[in-house]
Amino acid sequence: MVSVLLKNGRLIDPATGRDETADILIREGRIEKVGQSVSTSGKIEVKDLKGKIIAPGFIDMHVHLREPGFEHKETILTGCQSAAAGGFTAVCCMPNTNPAIDDASVIRFIQEKGKSALGGLVDIYPVAAVTKERKGETLAPMAELSEAGAIAFSDDGDPVHDSEIMRRALEYANMFKKPIIQHAQEMSMTRGGVMNEGFVSTGLGLPGMPGVAEDIVVSRDIFLVEYTKTQYHVAHMSTAGCLELVRGAKERKMQVSCEVTPHHFVLTDEKVRGYDTNTKMNPPLRTKEDVEAMKEGLRDGTIDVIATDHAPHSYDEKQVEYQHAPFGIVGLETAIGLSITELVMKKIISLNQLIEKFSVNPRRILHLPDIRIEAGSPANLTIIDPSIEWTVDPQQFKSKSKNTPFGGFRLTGKSVGVINNNQAYWSA
Amino acid sequence: MAGVQLQSKHVLGLDGMPREDIQLILDTAVSFREILDRPIKKVPPLQGKTIANMFFESSTRTRLSFELAERRLSADVLGFQSLGSSVSKGETLKDTARNIEAMKVDMVVIRHSASGAPHYLAQVIQGSVINAGDGSHEHPTQALLDMYTLREKFGKLEGLRICIVGDISHSRVALSNIYGLTAMGAKVSVCGPATMIPKEIERLNVQVFHRIDEVIEHVDALNVLRIQLERDAGRLFPSIREYHQYYGITKQRLDKATTPITIMHPGPINRDVELSADVADSEHSLILQQVLNGVAIRMAVLYLLSARN
Repeated sequence: MVSVLLKNGRLIDPATGRDETADILIREGRIEKVGQSVSTSGKIEVKDLKGKIIAPGFIDMHVHLREPGFEHKETILTGCQSAAAGGFTAVCCMPNTNPAIDDASVIRFIQEKGKSALGGLVDIYPVAAVTKERKGETLAPMAELSEAGAIAFSDDGDPVHDSEIMRRALEYANMFKKPIIQHAQEMSMTRGGVMNEGFVSTGLGLPGMPGVAEDIVVSRDIFLVEYTKTQYHVAHMSTAGCLELVRGAKERKMQVSCEVTPHHFVLTDEKVRGYDTNTKMNPPLRTKEDVEAMKEGLRDGTIDVIATDHAPHSYDEKQVEYQHAPFGIVGLETAIGLSITELVMKKIISLNQLIEKFSVNPRRILHLPDIRIEAGSPANLTIIDPSIEWTVDPQQFKSKSKNTPFGGFRLTGKSVGVINNNQAYWSA
Repeated sequence: MAGVQLQSKHVLGLDGMPREDIQLILDTAVSFREILDRPIKKVPPLQGKTIANMFFESSTRTRLSFELAERRLSADVLGFQSLGSSVSKGETLKDTARNIEAMKVDMVVIRHSASGAPHYLAQVIQGSVINAGDGSHEHPTQALLDMYTLREKFGKLEGLRICIVGDISHSRVALSNIYGLTAMGAKVSVCGPATMIPKEIERLNVQVFHRIDEVIEHVDALNVLRIQLERDAGRLFPSIREYHQYYGITKQRLDKATTPITIMHPGPINRDVELSADVADSEHSLILQQVLNGVAIRMAVLYLLSARN
């Protein structure tokens, strides 16, 4: 039960157009009053949030919770703890579990686990597979999955390669207004690849994955989306070329959106020197030009969403030769800090834009209702300290896995707490 | 100027190795090379030291060369060769290495199919690590012996014009030679089909050619790489026949040069593919000197690392 009076915070709510210092009175998880100098009779906890930002709850639309199947990396509980600590009240979980999320029973399992984790603080929206077992061959039962609660469809990690299957998936999913999320990668060009192909891969002797392998798939998909008049979302975009393609699609008023991960707007492939397996992810870290393009896309609005592609792997799994290590890094607990440090502090986007990319835009893409911070609404809030300086210590992560290239980074900005579903989580 | 001791505890690659270190290794190898001409070829500097040769990839020449170098320095040698990665055996590289180190090993020589494996190893064990070839990355002792052999022949490396011919993309010999030779002031070019030239290699101060005949007028030596027939034919070049026609080093081709061109090859040779017999066995071929010098270079590297510790 969350009853609390939040005093003196800066309320930024794009849905109601508010940006002001205000008090918020929450009683039993519901917003009772928003205004200046709100006082209350009776005993209620008061939190002074002077200098903090109160925003609609953040959603990370690209997370791997690993359960069922890979509980040694992450469980739904530890994933929710990581999300809450990182400032998220909702996550979309990707279907590359074992079994894959290609059956309604798996969705129900995840929902059940999610409700019991932290009292249901973090909303979990499963992304179901496009094809059975994510093999790209036959369509998964999308109507049934949709009805059970699938928020979108993706074969994440294994792109839908067959153009005919992709076309039919777009058409079928569109009947229930669910986007197809594509991990764009032309696999025939990336076989064996472990990092971006370019000067750095040449010097390290590591097999490369060229950026055009991403562009090719997005390009094809945009043709299909235009033809079928459906909705499409590019997962973890990483190349300047891909950004150009999405920009063009948006100019033609297509229902095309995209996300970028913090690591793709912060790090370049230079970081791979030294063979740290925590720099291995897919799509790989790209060049400086790509990183600059990502920032420009965030600034001009071509990139709608910041998502983390939170991909936990156990310590031992990453303690191997670079070429043998699995792809992926954790991201939930560094996303806000990296975004404020690299985007807001450097004046690439405003705090308001940051909130749009972490909350408003992903919710609209996923056809979730806007969160409104006003009397009568359920409290779904992310509270941020935008000026706190801290050092990333992976051992302090709530996630079960610590695989991050950001250990030791000095960041500005961090989540202070989250409130959702009549539950609260306050960071120490 | 050569230094008095190596700056690094490991020899992982020539990328970033200071010029003084390269010079020191080459100079030190001279005296070991002399020892190899003596009737008794064994000296005592590594007596009581134990060296493990961990070969996770098949190798005859390099493995024997290291083993011989170690024995000539009176080290105790243990080693294994296992095909495939350590992972496929069910034990991680880290565990394998730590277990060997637990037996009190002073240095580890590693050959591995994964680029960066020796660099990783250097982080997880205490002793010195010597890279005997990692994936498509580096093969520093091979490049050092190539440089030694060139210096022996030409008296210097500064200003020498060397072209590396073949599959540059998948070659650890090429990269190490590029790093080492450019550090020593040689002019390095590469020549091969466009499909075998890695992206942006020019940025390593290397000139790129696609036609052998354009190269021949402008070089002192060719370092000819082995072509991986099974893996690459049909994918990176159409056929062995076509490769030989356009990139094979033949006497006929070399005769167009006004001055004789020195030929090197890291071995093993695919005769009549990348190199014809009349070139491989000619007076301008240094291939067997390379093999002999390899032992001296490896003795120098082992000695210097041991002296440093």
